[in-house]
Amino acid sequence: MTPQPLETTIIINGRAVTRSIEPRQHLVDFLRDELDLTGTHLGCEHGACGACTVQVDGLTVRGCLKLAVACNGKTVNTIEGLTDSGELAALQKAFHERNALQCGFCTPGMLITALDVVREQVNTKTVLGRDQIREAISGNYCRCTGYQSIVDAIEEVLVAQRGAAQVLSDAAESIAQSAGAKV
Amino acid sequence: MKAPAFAYARPNSLSAVFDLQDQYGAGATLLAGGQSLLPSLNMRLSSPQILIDITAVPELSGVTVSNGVLRIGALTTHAQIAVSADIRRYLPLLSQAAPHIAHPAIRNAGTFGGSIAMADPAAEWPACTVALQAQLLLASRGGQRRVKASDFFRGLYDTAMQPGEVLLAAEFNLATAPQRSVFLELARRNGDYAIVGLAACTSLEAGRFVATRLVFLGAASKPFSAAGAAAALNGVNAGDTEQIALATRVAQQTLSAELQPNADLYNSAATKLHLARVLTGRAITALAASPRNAS
Repeated sequence: MTPQPLETTIIINGRAVTRSIEPRQHLVDFLRDELDLTGTHLGCEHGACGACTVQVDGLTVRGCLKLAVACNGKTVNTIEGLTDSGELAALQKAFHERNALQCGFCTPGMLITALDVVREQVNTKTVLGRDQIREAISGNYCRCTGYQSIVDAIEEVLVAQRGAAQVLSDAAESIAQSAGAKV
Repeated sequence: MKAPAFAYARPNSLSAVFDLQDQYGAGATLLAGGQSLLPSLNMRLSSPQILIDITAVPELSGVTVSNGVLRIGALTTHAQIAVSADIRRYLPLLSQAAPHIAHPAIRNAGTFGGSIAMADPAAEWPACTVALQAQLLLASRGGQRRVKASDFFRGLYDTAMQPGEVLLAAEFNLATAPQRSVFLELARRNGDYAIVGLAACTSLEAGRFVATRLVFLGAASKPFSAAGAAAALNGVNAGDTEQIALATRVAQQTLSAELQPNADLYNSAATKLHLARVLTGRAITALAASPRNAS
């Protein structure tokens, strides 16, 4: 007996998509084959390479290790959605300028993983350096670059983010001081 | 490769899970985070009739502390354990171990209970639950039972769980004496399976180690509690460097007598034993150095 497809609704890149899905189909095959969202890549298909990285309910996960039917009612963001929203713009610019991609196969997964590093620095207000970058991307294989330029690109965004945070905090301090001087 | 065909259900109560288990018997497989099950399906190493997705069952979630017991629901992810303030405070060994599990994207999806029920000999949580003397709470239609972690793991991917049972949670008695712990692992790359790893914990009474436990992962077909090596530490003054140095030598020699590691594809039994001795020395140094030494 062939198992029946299940009606499944997933919010993909902000849009609700309802399809009848075979239970055995994983999320990446669904994105690529049914929705033509081919930015999410499929490398090893057993969780080792990280090319399939997507966000499910805001968390970075392996798309090949999620069944599409198990995403019923969940929110999925792919490289396409995160590019359109502009969230990845700074990382994409840095990857381009630092030559942090060659064939590009790992790049979508690498960018989504790198976004977590940037967010972690913002959320924890700690300085994240090259060691933390390397640890964070250790689950994403790149067979072209040797990683050096990828670490450079992510580091550049982290440094810029710290600079921007410093400018903001300096501005807030000077506003507070001038407000205090007036009182 | 693509997974074979299977049916899928996501019941939202334990009784509905038991109904499906009754209906499908051995053809049913429980799906939690899927970080080991999905690869095995994609590689066609197993072919269940139905996957019962248990992620909507409320009893399996949450980290709670009450009446001197810390309970970790089976669906708690590795990432949630890594950031839990209660776990960092009461069971720092688990906070120390979490970063060693695979990679961030896998820690966001993989679950504590899944790792324990899977009983991979190189996995972190089985060794930690043995070291911390956890009780594993199992539910079936007939009721619930508790199994000591040291009795739960029986061999390679083999546990005390019976057909029709679901792992609900792990329960840890909170210690009253000051605790020290350290988790160490040797792997070829960050996030790879451990060649060998060590979950070590001890209590301090009047500055001396008591109730020390050294539990190795990746060294045998199940978590290996090195009782002899651990005993070499008990009674030792944590602040006395000469005593610590002597106890380290004794513990390493004892370990050589009690641990017969299994070779893996890349490392011989002799290499693994050597590495286990190295980790023993590092763990004792860390236990002696500071109260909550992160690995």
